Amino acid sequence: MMAEVNEIAVRVHGLSKSFGSVQAVRDIDLAVAQGEIFGLVGPDGAGKTTIMRMLAAVLRPDAGEILVDGVDVVAEAERAKLHLSYMPQRFGLYEDLTIAENIFFYGALFGVPRGERIARSQELLEVAGLLPFRNRLAGQLSGGMKQKLGLICALIHTPRVLLLDEPTTGVDPVSRRDFWAILYNLRESGVTIVLSTAYMDEAERCSRLALLHGGEIRHCDTPQHLKAAMPGALLAIASAHPRDVREAVSGKPGVLGALLMGDRVHVRVDDAGRRIPELRAVVADRGIADAVITPAEPGIEDVFVALLGEEKPHELR
Amino acid sequence: MNIQRLLAMAYKEALQVWRDPRSLAVALLMPLMQMGLLGYGVSLDIKHVPLCVYDQENSQASRSVVDSFTASSWFTISHTISSEAGIRRAMDRGECAAAIVIPVDFSRTLSATGSAPLQAIFDATDVNTTNIAMGYAQGVVAQANAALTARWAASHGAQPSLVGQVDLEPSVWFNETLESRDFIIPGVVAVILALVGAQLTSLTISREWERGTMEQLISTPVTPLEVMFGKLIPYFAIGLLDAAFCLAVAAFWFHVPFHGSVGILFVTTALFDLVVLGIGYLISVRIRNQLGASQVALLLTMLPTTLLSGYTFPIDQMPAAIQVLTYAVYSRYYVTILRAIFLKGSGLTDLWAPILGLVAYAAIIIWLAARAFRKQL
Amino acid sequence: MSSDSPAVWADGLTKRFASFTAVDHLNLRIEKGEVVGFIGPNGAGKSTTIRMLCGLLRPSEGRASVAGFDVGRQPEEVREHIGYMSQKFSLYGDLTVHENLRFFAGIYRVPHRDLSERMRFAISMAGLEGREDALVRTLAGGWKQRLALGCAILHRPPILFLDEPTSGVEPEARRRFWDLIHELAAGGVAILVSTHYMEEAEYCNRIALINGGRLVAMGTPSELRQRSLGGDLFEIDCVPLGAALKALGTAQGVVEAAIFGDKLHAVLGEGGLSAEELPRFLAEREIRVGSVRPAKPSLEDVFVRLVSTTPETRAAS
Repeated sequence: MMAEVNEIAVRVHGLSKSFGSVQAVRDIDLAVAQGEIFGLVGPDGAGKTTIMRMLAAVLRPDAGEILVDGVDVVAEAERAKLHLSYMPQRFGLYEDLTIAENIFFYGALFGVPRGERIARSQELLEVAGLLPFRNRLAGQLSGGMKQKLGLICALIHTPRVLLLDEPTTGVDPVSRRDFWAILYNLRESGVTIVLSTAYMDEAERCSRLALLHGGEIRHCDTPQHLKAAMPGALLAIASAHPRDVREAVSGKPGVLGALLMGDRVHVRVDDAGRRIPELRAVVADRGIADAVITPAEPGIEDVFVALLGEEKPHELR
Repeated sequence: MNIQRLLAMAYKEALQVWRDPRSLAVALLMPLMQMGLLGYGVSLDIKHVPLCVYDQENSQASRSVVDSFTASSWFTISHTISSEAGIRRAMDRGECAAAIVIPVDFSRTLSATGSAPLQAIFDATDVNTTNIAMGYAQGVVAQANAALTARWAASHGAQPSLVGQVDLEPSVWFNETLESRDFIIPGVVAVILALVGAQLTSLTISREWERGTMEQLISTPVTPLEVMFGKLIPYFAIGLLDAAFCLAVAAFWFHVPFHGSVGILFVTTALFDLVVLGIGYLISVRIRNQLGASQVALLLTMLPTTLLSGYTFPIDQMPAAIQVLTYAVYSRYYVTILRAIFLKGSGLTDLWAPILGLVAYAAIIIWLAARAFRKQL
Repeated sequence: MSSDSPAVWADGLTKRFASFTAVDHLNLRIEKGEVVGFIGPNGAGKSTTIRMLCGLLRPSEGRASVAGFDVGRQPEEVREHIGYMSQKFSLYGDLTVHENLRFFAGIYRVPHRDLSERMRFAISMAGLEGREDALVRTLAGGWKQRLALGCAILHRPPILFLDEPTSGVEPEARRRFWDLIHELAAGGVAILVSTHYMEEAEYCNRIALINGGRLVAMGTPSELRQRSLGGDLFEIDCVPLGAALKALGTAQGVVEAAIFGDKLHAVLGEGGLSAEELPRFLAEREIRVGSVRPAKPSLEDVFVRLVSTTPETRAAS
């Protein structure tokens, strides 16, 4: 149940960027509504970071338009920076400053008045659970705490649009969940969030996704619609002998792909209703007695593979 | 320029210097070490300089002069010899650092004219020791004079004010263009300031690139000017502090005579500080890794300041082409000003040209530095 | 090593650094041909354990055997019988595919007579036939990674350690990589994968969950899903999410609640709120409920649940 769609917070048109002979981003169009958590999803080298940097006005595009909160990012980079906040992939804070000093510094750069800075940092630290550590050097924080501190520094001036480049890379699942809880809270207060991720499982948490490949957006929709758009259906065959199961089902009529997991095989078929009984017979013929076949919900990774396949071996970066 | 952002930038930078042991060492320990090395490495306190005596006359008067040397704790007679060649031998072996030669007609000349020459020879391979020993020798001779004068006056019944003197004629071997500490020390201040200033600032931007903090920084509304001035403020203060320290040590510890105006000294030092910080900052913007930036900074400050500023090698003795080149070396102006203020007490009327040179240099460097930094990846 | 002994076993393996215990009496058993995932947050003791198993760190207490050699007493032998590969595996970008293989063959002292055959095998495994003379830096990520795997197994180690081998790689490339891993396992190689990415954990036969230096749980992915959650997982579609999360946080019988994409995930334990009562419970708190349906827990759900019930993690994250 999505909140009513209102105005567009980030609009991108015809965005391109090359580095030497390598075209990192090719003619991208995007429209992100206010209050969305929009995910740019793709493997390393798909162009995620380049797009985020251009949105954040720290990298000039070769061509194209970017409007953030109505401000032309290309023409008025400095004015746009007042409306948005950007958290780079690599931890960008000063490790030799404390949590409080980092927050204070960024608050001052964004022109937040002193009194407001103190009140707001107090509030943000409390939400993130970092209040007891406020005088600890940033370099001595764990990965998860660093990410939260990064987020606080990015939020100190109450931006309208938040840009996060692979915010949870290298962060363990518990911290990742805490991090997402903060993002959802922000979203409810009307902040628009654009984030990039290489983790397909994380992508499912976004309200809308752009699947990136080779610098292009190949598909853009909600996770549900993307899954529905996947050709065929996914079945899980659980067994103590998953290798045998895969061997048995590979190449059988209607089987589009078979993926060996730890204790099961994911099989993509053209028609679940028709193929389940057929496959049941196939594995039984092989003498695999413990196989249990159930329909499985595809993940974004399944969608990605089904829709995009693999890159060329000699793709220059 | 927004004052809040500027101050935030300066405060952040100051905290970082304060917490970085390496920067602190460069800022505080380096000047201390350099001044200390210079002062004590060349042994300020000289005692028992080995002295070789060649008394050609061996009269009562000549012995009284030798006795004055023996009596002082500054000299110890190491050899008494009977030929000029013996002095050379003793010095070559390093057995004496100074020699006095009393001529055959010493007492006769003294009685006849009221004044007689006394030759003193110094091994000036160690300039500073020589300098000091020469001073001591003059002191010893002054004492000997007093004794001789009293005796001469008593035997001639004349007024002491009319009596003659023993004239010390020092001659320096091995290093004819003797340089003095007074000449060197003001220059050292320039070297330290150039080294410390450019070293520290050369790291400031490159460090942000290297540690990945730059990307975050340029995504904020901070302007390039705020970044530059914010970053330079703490280093400017450190530079002035270091300079004050070095100048104070020069004047009060090493007793380099100071005749000039403190005001001009302050203003020109601030200008020079600005120039070296600007150069360090420019390097830092251009070279995005700390090691490279630091090396280039060393190359662009130490080399010209030690070789081409006139600090060690007098500019007027350089080939003409090199002399022209020295006008491009910013330290040249500062070293000239420093020496003139210290030793000659020169004022604005004499120094307007090098001061103008420094102002022009500072203006150009800061202008370039302000334009160098772009908020783009 | 006799044929029925495990490839890796550890008994009471412990490592202390001054007053800090990084690994605390760990027991582990990996059979030949098994792919085991070693999962835990940063600082849980994963890399310390692996370093001990590789003979790079001496255990403070306990014993471990790898390929039949004692890691404390025979570290050199252990190192000759293992292969190691990480995401940051250091191939030389300015050397060709062939030159890299040759270099690592030299390092691992591959006998001359086997050299060409092993290299051919590695090249075909990576799918790089015909590209032997290409500079490695010109290869795309997936290819590089398969080549790195090829380099790590040139000396035919019976045990392979993989450290976050596929994070950030194209989904299709990841699947091909895991196919290779399972192929190696089918040939009898024991494989230990350390990671905190659940996407990689799903491919393992068994998972060992480590936290605070201790083994928290061990089993197949399905087993862990079934027994660790402490209740049934439900997906709730409702608005506003933040208020709903708060309400569920205080409700009786709710073991865990978290926002997931546009929806809430809640684990309902016994003797409290039931799934049928949920819509009314939320409606009373002015939350509009669209649907409540049972969901399959992800490994991340399991991980977060298990880790947050052991006290060490909170302090570490």
